[in-house]
Amino acid sequence: MNVLEARELGKRYGRKWALKDLALDVPGGRIVALVGPNGAGKTTFLQLAMGFAKPDAGTVVAFGLSPRRDAAAFLPKVGYAAQEPPLFRRFSVGELLKMGSQLNRRWDGLMAVRRLRRLGIGLDLSVASLSGGMRAQVALVLALAKMPDLLLLDEPMASLDPLARHEFMGLLMAASAEQDLTVVLSSHIIGDLRATCDYLVVLTRGSTQLAGDMDEIVGTHQRLVGPVDSINAIGYVQEIVQVERSDRQASLLVRMRGPLLDPRWESYPVDLDQIVLAYLSRNANISSFETDLAAEAAS
Amino acid sequence: MDPTSGLTPYLQLVQQITHALRLSQLKVGDRLPTVRDVAAQLAINPNTVLKAYRHLEMQGLLVSRPGTGVFVAKELRGPSAQDQAALRRALVRWLTHAKDAGLDLESVQALFADTIRQYTIDEAVAS
Repeated sequence: MNVLEARELGKRYGRKWALKDLALDVPGGRIVALVGPNGAGKTTFLQLAMGFAKPDAGTVVAFGLSPRRDAAAFLPKVGYAAQEPPLFRRFSVGELLKMGSQLNRRWDGLMAVRRLRRLGIGLDLSVASLSGGMRAQVALVLALAKMPDLLLLDEPMASLDPLARHEFMGLLMAASAEQDLTVVLSSHIIGDLRATCDYLVVLTRGSTQLAGDMDEIVGTHQRLVGPVDSINAIGYVQEIVQVERSDRQASLLVRMRGPLLDPRWESYPVDLDQIVLAYLSRNANISSFETDLAAEAAS
Repeated sequence: MDPTSGLTPYLQLVQQITHALRLSQLKVGDRLPTVRDVAAQLAINPNTVLKAYRHLEMQGLLVSRPGTGVFVAKELRGPSAQDQAALRRALVRWLTHAKDAGLDLESVQALFADTIRQYTIDEAVAS
């Protein structure tokens, strides 16, 4: 069953549509990776889903509720954290917890304290003294303490180093083992998502390019290398996503719906990075995303 | 987890555990870490861990005791020296066939890797 559904969803800033005609389903119980270049509409989508902004077209519905019209019923069910968590810097971690318990009807303070202890974050520490990684972890612990059914995370790890990202993801994975959660996580760092998220949505220019089960997507995509003149004769190709060709040889990134039987072609597995890049390259405007990936590879 | 292995995280985990059983790093009666702890430490989806544990339970290698945890039920032993020698001879015969068919060493390795990958996937699907 879908927890979150967008239909013909659109959002305009001035004359430019940040999202247009978006159809997106988020199945319940999944950990969904929302992937795309800067400007693809990831943040816009999450803000509409949270009710922070109002759609200019179409609808977004979570648990059958409109995030804005039914806010009173919707907000207790949903948790949210973003790249720069707006935590009060002069508060201590303990004071943030106390504030959370007073502002929320559903609140599991005990679990929050236990998680913070496990992370080695003392309740007496002031927010200002925390590292970026710790701040992200505190924001996640607070969002989880609400006991949300749906957790929306907007680039929560964008400013974190690999170790802090690993710890953040470990916390999220442990939480998803402990409580009944659907998670939507937007990120432009692909590598971390393969083993953590079990559903993938690729967004470009405000619309969905690819959506489905993570293992299925990675398992069905392959790189095929073989003679140019027989591209159209390969059996069981569901879709050719990307073609690079020289005079005689072609290298294809394809989605298969059956085994490769043609002996003229050789097949190689592809990782999630390559699949996502191939879908993004189908759109012209990928420069910023490629730069991100290149910077990541160099670091 | 190795994102470049071409295997799903679930199969990688199954492989790592069977490897530990084969090398006797895990012994009968040992308790495996909880799904939550593996998910937290490796930063992997808890369903992946659950699926790997179930797969190994079905093979009789692990046993789950509700409320107490998942335990090693059986260790794996490598093939006997005799079996190993016979398998090696068969493989050498096969390599000769491959050479006669015009495959160089690299093509053999590629074919081997691809077949193992496909075989592992088929096995996982079949079970």
